[in-house]
Amino acid sequence: MAIPLIYNVRSVRARWTSTIVAVLGIAGTVGVFVAMLSLAHGFKATLVASGSPGNALIMRAGSSSEMMGGVTLESVKIIQDGPGIARDASGPLVTQEVVGVMPVPLISTGTDANVQIRGVGANVLDIRKFVKISEGRMFSPGLTELVAGKNASKTYAGLTLGNTIDMAGGHWKVVGIFDAGGSAFDSEIWCDSHVLNDILKRPANIFQSVTVHMESPDSFRALKDSLTSDPRLNVDVTREIDYYAKQSTTMTKLITILGGLVAIIMAVGAVFGALNTMYSAVAERGREIATMRALGFNAGAVVFSFLVEALLISLIGGIIGCLVVLPLNGLTTSTMNFQTFSSIAFAFKITPPLLLQGILFALVMGVIGGLLPAVRAASLPVATALREL
Amino acid sequence: MKFARIIFANLLRKKVRLLLTLGSFAVALFLFAFLAVVRDAFGRGADVAGADRLVVINRTSIINTIPLSYRDKILRIPGVKCITHNNWFGGIYQDEKNFFPQFVIDAENQRQVFPELVVPDDQWAAFLKDREGAIVGARTAERFHWKIGDRIPIKTTLYGGGSWEFNIVGIYHGAQPKDDETQFWFQWDYFEERIPQAIKGQVGWYVLRLNSPDDAVAVSKAIDDEFANSTSETKTQTESAFAANWVKQFGNIKFLILSIGTVVFFTLLLVTGNTMAISVRERTSELAVFKAIGFSDRAVLFFVLAESLIIALIGGLAGLFFAVLAVPALGRALNGLLPSLVLSKPILGLGLVLAIVVGLISGMLPGIMAMRMRVVSALRRV
Amino acid sequence: MVKVDGSGGKSLIQVRDLDKTYRRAGEEIHVLQGLNLDVESGEFVAFMGPSGSGKTTLLNLLGGLDVPTRGSITVAGDEVTNMSASSLTRWRARHVGFIFQMYNLIPVLNAFQNVELPLLLTKLSKAERRAHVETALSVVGLADRMNHFPRQLSGGQEQRVTIARAIVSDPTFLLCDEPTGDLDRKSAGEIMALIEELVEHHNKTVLMVTHDPLIAARAHTTLHLDKGVLVEGKMSQAAPAGSFA
Repeated sequence: MAIPLIYNVRSVRARWTSTIVAVLGIAGTVGVFVAMLSLAHGFKATLVASGSPGNALIMRAGSSSEMMGGVTLESVKIIQDGPGIARDASGPLVTQEVVGVMPVPLISTGTDANVQIRGVGANVLDIRKFVKISEGRMFSPGLTELVAGKNASKTYAGLTLGNTIDMAGGHWKVVGIFDAGGSAFDSEIWCDSHVLNDILKRPANIFQSVTVHMESPDSFRALKDSLTSDPRLNVDVTREIDYYAKQSTTMTKLITILGGLVAIIMAVGAVFGALNTMYSAVAERGREIATMRALGFNAGAVVFSFLVEALLISLIGGIIGCLVVLPLNGLTTSTMNFQTFSSIAFAFKITPPLLLQGILFALVMGVIGGLLPAVRAASLPVATALREL
Repeated sequence: MKFARIIFANLLRKKVRLLLTLGSFAVALFLFAFLAVVRDAFGRGADVAGADRLVVINRTSIINTIPLSYRDKILRIPGVKCITHNNWFGGIYQDEKNFFPQFVIDAENQRQVFPELVVPDDQWAAFLKDREGAIVGARTAERFHWKIGDRIPIKTTLYGGGSWEFNIVGIYHGAQPKDDETQFWFQWDYFEERIPQAIKGQVGWYVLRLNSPDDAVAVSKAIDDEFANSTSETKTQTESAFAANWVKQFGNIKFLILSIGTVVFFTLLLVTGNTMAISVRERTSELAVFKAIGFSDRAVLFFVLAESLIIALIGGLAGLFFAVLAVPALGRALNGLLPSLVLSKPILGLGLVLAIVVGLISGMLPGIMAMRMRVVSALRRV
Repeated sequence: MVKVDGSGGKSLIQVRDLDKTYRRAGEEIHVLQGLNLDVESGEFVAFMGPSGSGKTTLLNLLGGLDVPTRGSITVAGDEVTNMSASSLTRWRARHVGFIFQMYNLIPVLNAFQNVELPLLLTKLSKAERRAHVETALSVVGLADRMNHFPRQLSGGQEQRVTIARAIVSDPTFLLCDEPTGDLDRKSAGEIMALIEELVEHHNKTVLMVTHDPLIAARAHTTLHLDKGVLVEGKMSQAAPAGSFA
């Protein structure tokens, strides 16, 4: 027969100061755990969102990132005729792009950070369909105008609608702000690729990458085979999604390792705290336990009872921890992506699965923290305990 | 002293609890050390930056190059002692994951500008003689088990592409533990020779040494003025400013670390304070007897504080000790992701101080309760 | 000589007009009201009274553990009631030996260390302390158990160690609060015999609170606490030898 749960609940309430300590210890650990994971998650999600399944990215063979790439105008013309590339009224949906980084002061610190500037073709919005101009308008080809991603506009000084900034020796007018659905592009500024090439003093007809919109995601295979086997071209073809997923690996790895270590260390500390609380609970309630044993509850029931109590405490701690970090969801922060040298803004991304992981973590801590004391409680010789007035 | 026995006897009263509390302290101090080391690593550039060094980059974009021809003009500016230039090579050794920084260096001036990166003279001489020679930092050499005499291939898609091969002729060490020992250097002459004509004669950035750190502002301005309105405008700043700005791009690392640290310490305070409180509560009648015998209220406070401090010190030292052991291993796990992790003496010292402070604070409340406890009411509880 | 009417002359312990009032749950409770007491050196006095009558309160006041609402307590010429808290603490260490009903001994210290405790407050050297402790333990007959911990001792032995601790610094008087309350009949007898010996052969002054008339009978005088003052009871007979084997 099981010891009634109400006993545990009331006992916990009676010793609330100790219990609060254990609860807070677990809450703190779970909070940090969830926050760290959501940071890594958010970073990855931002980059992954940048890719569409229907797009393919074409770069010079062997390039690990866009910045390394180099595709000539002739190659672009050949690529345009590739199989499976979608077309619309104006022609094949192909955009050749130039990518660079430029120093612009951060609003937060006033010091320069590298913002990624992307020179695009005029038809880029037809290819990256999830990007929409939210304020103002698209830039006019040939002019030193730019549109800023919504995160870039919030992070860097001067990127507000109608403003003109000096960058790379040119006067750029910010004619629009775009919303790229929470992807990496939100941290970029876009302009005409020819103008950018000019300003960066690059050879006029060389681009860093070509992005194409395919008729359907399944056209990828055919397109890739065709382009890579073409002797006139020296390119790699990657699904846009895969490319961006790869771009995030270093930073995600760093955050995950660091965050994971911190969470583990904190968990050990929290478990110690829980153990302390549970052990002293057992000590203080020695007589009660003995009485219950004498009444007929067996050792198993005692173990179970204390285990349940530990789980109860850790569950509450876990829930509190999750609730406390929940407001962080959507909070943007920015950091530098090693692989592209540029700053990228991303948001904490807390998802239900993540919260569940947090709760599970709390429960695991509760089990570890509750098991040994529970066993100790059950193994107290009844007679001794009763004698202990 | 004669009260030591009482204090230690009390500590050993419940061994499991003692171990757990010691463990909590150890864990918290370990975490503190870890966080401090990581924060340190992020800010490393700024710390090791030479006070008398300036960095000159292309104003338009850091990835744009600057003409080599600027060098002599910069040297003529008063206050400039010597100058060297670097290019970022950015090749791949076997796998993208094996990242380490590769620089094309100006052999003639490298050591004058970066004296803290030490190369034995004989190895340097060998380097100068071998066009395809390379000098690698001790950490990177250790990571890939390279020895002097190895031939290393590095692939690149830039600079005309292909596989470049180098002979390891030297290994450099940093003068201080904080110095970066991950770099890979090879010769400018070799680089210039192999790259396509179109991009010859361009450096990535200049690093120069000043006659005096006080000249930093004036010389920076002079350099940037010199090249204003030219094809490649420059931006000159001190090495520490450059590094600091670089770190700032990582976002609020400090804030993140500080908040975690605060959460940890608050939790630690709670745990140990609670443990002390429980321990004092259990001993109420005993403490009453002490007071009845004639021990003063303050003596009782002293006992409680002493216990708390001893736990804090032992636990804290244990945690810091584990940190000293673990940090190098962590550094290896994060290889390439962060600069080397160094557990410096100031960090250890600060950790000890924090442990003591927490010990005092967590013992204070129960101690005061014990001090204030009235013998009469405590005994009545019996 | 023991008097309760305030008419004593130069006695060791002199209490005049003692009042003690508590506040509990908003009410005022007058436990002691105008109590008088005179105890001369070498006396063995038992205090009896119903539960809540204030026996323990009186003992606490006499031992300097509590402060009266009004009145005075003078011990060996020192007026205790006027002392500051720290002086009182020092006074207590010098003049009073306590024997409570239970929880007297510190469980993590052995018999020797427990008895030594009061001496740690003095300036005696380690060797001197050792000598005093060994003497005290011999008096109570537990010299061979010096290194045992309380959990290794029986209830009676624990109380004997307590007595050793109470006498080790040679205090002016001993205060006992139900010293045998927790013991079985046989051990209780042994403890009382020990206390009697301390009174007869070592000239100790002992004030004892008890609810057990058989125990009280072993004292020279029994006083009853009634309506806040002490009243003399029947003069106790010396217990017939052999009652408590």
